[in-house]
Amino acid sequence: MKRIKPHERQRVAVTVNGRRLSGLAEPRLLLSDFLRHELMQFGVRVGCEHGVCGACTVLVNGRAVRSCLQFAVEADGAVITTVEGLAEGDALNRLQAAFRQHHALQCGYCTAGILMSTTHFLRENPRPTEAEVREMLSGHICRCTGYHGMVQAILHVVAETEEQGSVEPAEGRPDPVTT
Amino acid sequence: MTAAPAQGWTGRPLPRKEDLALLTGRARFMDDLEPLPGIRHVAILRSPHPHARIRGIDISGAAALPGVFGIVTGAQIAETCRPIPSVVKTPIRFMPCAIDKVRYVGEPVAVIAAESRYVAEDALDLIEVDYEPLPGVADLGDAMAEGAPVLHDEVGSNVVNRRSFRYGNPEGAFARADHVFSFSYSYPRSLATPMETYGVIASFEGGPDRFTVWSNFQGPFVLHTLMATALKVPGNRLRLITPPASGGSFGVKQAVFPYIVLLAAASRILKAPLKWTEDRLEHLTASSAATDRLGDIKAGFSRDGELMALHFTNVVNLGAYVRAPEPASVYRMQATSNGCYRVRDIAVDNTLVVTNRVPAGLNRGYGGPQFYFALERVMDMAARELGIDPVALRRRNFIRKDEFPYHAPAGSIFDSGDYDAAMDELLRLAGYDDLKARRERAKREGRLFGIGIASGVEPSGSNMAYVTLAQTAQERAGAESKSGANSTATLFMDPMGTVTLQVSSTPNGQGHATVAAQIVADALGLEPDDIDVVTELDTRTSSWSIASGNYSNRFSAAVTSAVKQCAANVGVKLRKLAARDLDVDWQDVELAGGQARVKGGQGKGIPIAKLAARTHWNPSGLPEDVTAGLLETVVVSPPTLGSPDAEDRIASALTYGFVCDLAAVEIDRATGRVRVEKYVSVHDVGTMLNPLIVEGQVHGGFAHGLGAALLEELVHDPAGNFLSGTFADYLCPRADDVPPLVIGHVCTPSPINDTGAKGMGDGSSMTTPATIANAVADALGRNDLVLPLTADRAWALANGRTPVTERKKADTPAFRPKAGALTGEGAFRFAAPPEALWTRMLSPDVLARAIPGCREIRQVSPTRYEAEVVIRVAAIKGAYTASLDIVDPVPPRRLRLVGEASGKLGFGRGEAWIELQPEGGGTRLTYRYAADVGGTVAAVGQRVLGAVTRVMIQQFLAGLEDTAGPGGRSAFLALLRRLWRALSRRGRAS
Amino acid sequence: MKPAAFEYCRPDTVAEAVALLTEFDGEASVLSGGMSLGPMLNMRLVRPQAVVDIKHLRSLEGIEVRSGEVWTGGLVRQADALKSETLARTVPLLALALPFVGHFQTRNRGTLGGSVAHADPSAELPLCLATLGGQVELGGRRRRRRVAARDFFLGTFTTSREPAELLTGLLWPRREPRTGYAFDEMAHRHGDFAIVAVAAAATVTPDGRVERLSVGLGGVEDRPMVGDTGAFLGHPATPDTATAVAEALAERCDPMTDMKASADYRRALVRELTGRTVARAFDQARREP
Repeated sequence: MKRIKPHERQRVAVTVNGRRLSGLAEPRLLLSDFLRHELMQFGVRVGCEHGVCGACTVLVNGRAVRSCLQFAVEADGAVITTVEGLAEGDALNRLQAAFRQHHALQCGYCTAGILMSTTHFLRENPRPTEAEVREMLSGHICRCTGYHGMVQAILHVVAETEEQGSVEPAEGRPDPVTT
Repeated sequence: MTAAPAQGWTGRPLPRKEDLALLTGRARFMDDLEPLPGIRHVAILRSPHPHARIRGIDISGAAALPGVFGIVTGAQIAETCRPIPSVVKTPIRFMPCAIDKVRYVGEPVAVIAAESRYVAEDALDLIEVDYEPLPGVADLGDAMAEGAPVLHDEVGSNVVNRRSFRYGNPEGAFARADHVFSFSYSYPRSLATPMETYGVIASFEGGPDRFTVWSNFQGPFVLHTLMATALKVPGNRLRLITPPASGGSFGVKQAVFPYIVLLAAASRILKAPLKWTEDRLEHLTASSAATDRLGDIKAGFSRDGELMALHFTNVVNLGAYVRAPEPASVYRMQATSNGCYRVRDIAVDNTLVVTNRVPAGLNRGYGGPQFYFALERVMDMAARELGIDPVALRRRNFIRKDEFPYHAPAGSIFDSGDYDAAMDELLRLAGYDDLKARRERAKREGRLFGIGIASGVEPSGSNMAYVTLAQTAQERAGAESKSGANSTATLFMDPMGTVTLQVSSTPNGQGHATVAAQIVADALGLEPDDIDVVTELDTRTSSWSIASGNYSNRFSAAVTSAVKQCAANVGVKLRKLAARDLDVDWQDVELAGGQARVKGGQGKGIPIAKLAARTHWNPSGLPEDVTAGLLETVVVSPPTLGSPDAEDRIASALTYGFVCDLAAVEIDRATGRVRVEKYVSVHDVGTMLNPLIVEGQVHGGFAHGLGAALLEELVHDPAGNFLSGTFADYLCPRADDVPPLVIGHVCTPSPINDTGAKGMGDGSSMTTPATIANAVADALGRNDLVLPLTADRAWALANGRTPVTERKKADTPAFRPKAGALTGEGAFRFAAPPEALWTRMLSPDVLARAIPGCREIRQVSPTRYEAEVVIRVAAIKGAYTASLDIVDPVPPRRLRLVGEASGKLGFGRGEAWIELQPEGGGTRLTYRYAADVGGTVAAVGQRVLGAVTRVMIQQFLAGLEDTAGPGGRSAFLALLRRLWRALSRRGRAS
Repeated sequence: MKPAAFEYCRPDTVAEAVALLTEFDGEASVLSGGMSLGPMLNMRLVRPQAVVDIKHLRSLEGIEVRSGEVWTGGLVRQADALKSETLARTVPLLALALPFVGHFQTRNRGTLGGSVAHADPSAELPLCLATLGGQVELGGRRRRRRVAARDFFLGTFTTSREPAELLTGLLWPRREPRTGYAFDEMAHRHGDFAIVAVAAAATVTPDGRVERLSVGLGGVEDRPMVGDTGAFLGHPATPDTATAVAEALAERCDPMTDMKASADYRRALVRELTGRTVARAFDQARREP
């Protein structure tokens, strides 16, 4: 059993975008704040801190989750991917490139979270319908784009994948399904 | 797209420069910045009350908390700052922090600086503010009523300004009209909610007094002058820096400016740099809002459909203060009161009112949605009444394409347009005849299908002076004249021939850098990648003017002219340099492909980089007609933007785009779901500088308009308590709520600027609410629509009921609570007869046991009790101080209870009407209640308050019954079990 | 919006968890997925002394098909339940309701047990459990007990779980022969809290009569309500009967009024959604062997 006193700061170690990083966290420190201000992953955006807007979505052990509804101490030992971990070297990955091509972002504040959700989503469902894409996106709020460009971008990647028969490389393994 | 892509970069759908940093997470937004060492983190203590006097503030507990650095209260702010002025001259003092009175929920009361935001929030709880709650008033009708609570005693009334305008002879025209159609409406409050909230870092440096502020502020920088004045420093001692990226605004971030003043003043008082990042609850509660309005419009028509006269009556809710640039929201459309029509006789009556709501401010469309809701709704109504197709009626009245530039009656000069062509395109894309056939079929089948249209002009590139229409011509004459709107651009070419362009246009995601680079690339024969565009502002180093900033779609309409002229001037220098080498006249030199070469010639050109280097390395060797340096600053002031004249006419904007929209909707009569079956939007934005960005703006404006039409509302109860403090209460459209949008374009280039482009960022946000409302009205055959047309409202309308608005939905005619927020009724059966029950109910002992969570109760008079209670709903636990008054008792039959409770989580005031009737040896107790709840629980817990109230009443009554038994006081769990049995009996009965 | 300070406890066994809950005597919050607790902590509506993170309790994981019932561990994530073919086969109602629970991103972390323990009156999972007549498995200091769903949900966020008990699993009655299941809900936006949600399970005799019918209403009152449909047993399993059931439930329910919907509107939705849902359940039941 692990117990951490209310104001006690403990070291939390995680793998972020393939690098082992650690920082100090008291129990109440949100994972979003830990990633941003302790681990300097400023690509993680904070939009509502009550789990509705989706801006702070990151992959924790391969799953897209809200980092504002999780505590840093819970994530000790986790494998985390943020938007900073998507590009392939200096080049945008296919999803990022499609977002650019289809003008799927304007202010770009919600974009990081949407890219992370989509990354996980397409791994689970590589051939979604438009309705399924929109359903997945309904876990995010974007106020600039009306969502049109991002739906087109994601469907573009899906069509490309179908043509090429390839799948995005996975970073971090998804949790085993407990059935 | 009908507009052919121009030669060169401009006009191409070029993917944006901005995207790389944003897509890889490397873009830096406000909260990412740590520009100084030693920054302390701020939380703001805010008023839970809509209206209250501050009797005292005790900060001792908070100040003693480890990690707290300092606390600033209103009294200190009052010593440090002057009030922030507005154009409406009233005695209202708008300060960035409440001093002796709070006037809206969320108004800042104190600033706490601590080692972290976490600790600062801990300290919030420890500040004790002694409030004397005052009656609040949130609704316009109530605020203007006789005897209404007055927000600003020094004004003496909540009406702060009235002005009447007559353009032409509206009275005469109405008298001549064959028909006059009118309707009254109320337009709700909404908020565009950028995904990034406000952020400020402020640092005071003494000797001399100087402030440096980083903030995601967007201008207009006229507010810089107001801020410096408020902070008592000259303009050059308030350095304002915006971050490289800003996460959306839609006008909303303009209203960060009082927080800039607040943080700057607090930094001065606490002698440390301070950082504050607004959270979402703060943003929804206390940032800004579109103005809600009570409106009335009259439209006079000839029998064949000529629109002869208009009369707008606008009652505008400014919120608690007149915060600059209000009352601009109501005056933005004033000069364009004719819409897109030829009507010349127009009356406008504006009344500006303050209420206990957050101050209003810029919000996408800024006054346009409200204006078009009135005008375009009345056009559709008139069409129906006149038996003319709404399309034909509009066409009948459109300004004709050969009438441009068109001088509108209230002063706007419409630059160009072809409204008929746009309407043609709209009908073609919509398949109008097919839709009408679908409507007929649906009607036959008893389904609710409707078509709505709206059209209007989109004024862009504001004249700074239009807001002075709030002053009379006489008042204006007594002050320095105001007019125009400067746009600035500075271009610098370095020795390697690459370009830095600085425009201070402070975009919030619109893609200014990309478009500016396209324009410069064309002018200088370079590629957009060669152009580095600085759109952010540093008042210490940037060129700017008071009109600078990002608002009123001014980038494409106005700023691009400065960019183009700047680049052209540098281009002339390069061509002159090259002309000497090429031995031709400089006019025969063109810049293309990175080279200066002879126009049309095949010969080798001279690399631009080489020419640029020469200006730096060898300035004394330049030709005589080339001045040293490749640095140009251009300030453009459009000549049409003059001052208001004596008749209150003003050209309030530079360009006037055109939008026409068509919606077809079907309403599910059973569920009230409004399904948008088709939505088409045709725009004339003049020359499209980047069609990808134009369409992006159209999509985004549509989504905002759709939200305003169907989902979004900032809800207050009538007393001003705020009820929609989360994104689960304030409903933004999501990807599965936005229907497909068909976009069409026509292009009439603007002759008024250098690019032919018009503004287009507001776009459909102005027309979509009216369009959808028209379609819903058409489907239902009803005109009494209230936005947003949420499913519950549409259901009420579709089923012959009165739609409910804000919190008035809970009013029941049977009894009249003053402000019916939470209401309910019920009955409970007691074993004891009424007489015994009566005695028991009024005994402090029994009450102590029956009131859920009652820790202590005192009877302070025969009819008054005071108690300390701990109310707990699952894990949500709060301590409250409560009072209970018994009013009009008629023993043992009936009484009224008036109660109040307040605690950290919130407060409530309620009344209950209780009747006891004998029933089979026992008593049947019936009750009705109405309560107002405010504070955090109301703002974020609205959804469950009703149910919680119910449970607590049941707990109380069950407890009352329980106290009759020999066991006396029972444990909380026993009470719950008992309650459960009571409820499950009820449950099984249902 | 940052939570108040709390002690973080991460037990490795149920016994440890229960000991912690006992120690904090009602002042500890149990954290599984955190999708409901998180916002309440961030808004400081909840300020527990301790947060007991139960995610490491291996015995609360997994799905077991037993005779007559299916056990889902308290920690089974909603996303995994939605992907589970076992659950789709054995508890079809759950598979129908899960797409309405939050969003892809929240289902990735939200758990079945957490949603049931939270007892939001509009939530889909408590509604399904109540409609099916399922049970909640609670672990305490001395014993493990089972509580019928109808006795578990007491009101808004209020259940009969004792402060020192831990929800360890849920017991779902297995799919029955000749039984149809249906779920529908109305919310302002997909994934929002339901204004009204209706779940139905109907067993139909081989000759097409109603043998058993359970209809649950969510979002209507302060907890999931299972309507009394006894009067319709033996009636033909037809759309007309579905309409009559809808009428009866709409008549008898006692809906809440709140900012999002009036009681009248909720009643109308109960009528409409119950009619549709029960008719679908009948229809499916008649096609099931």
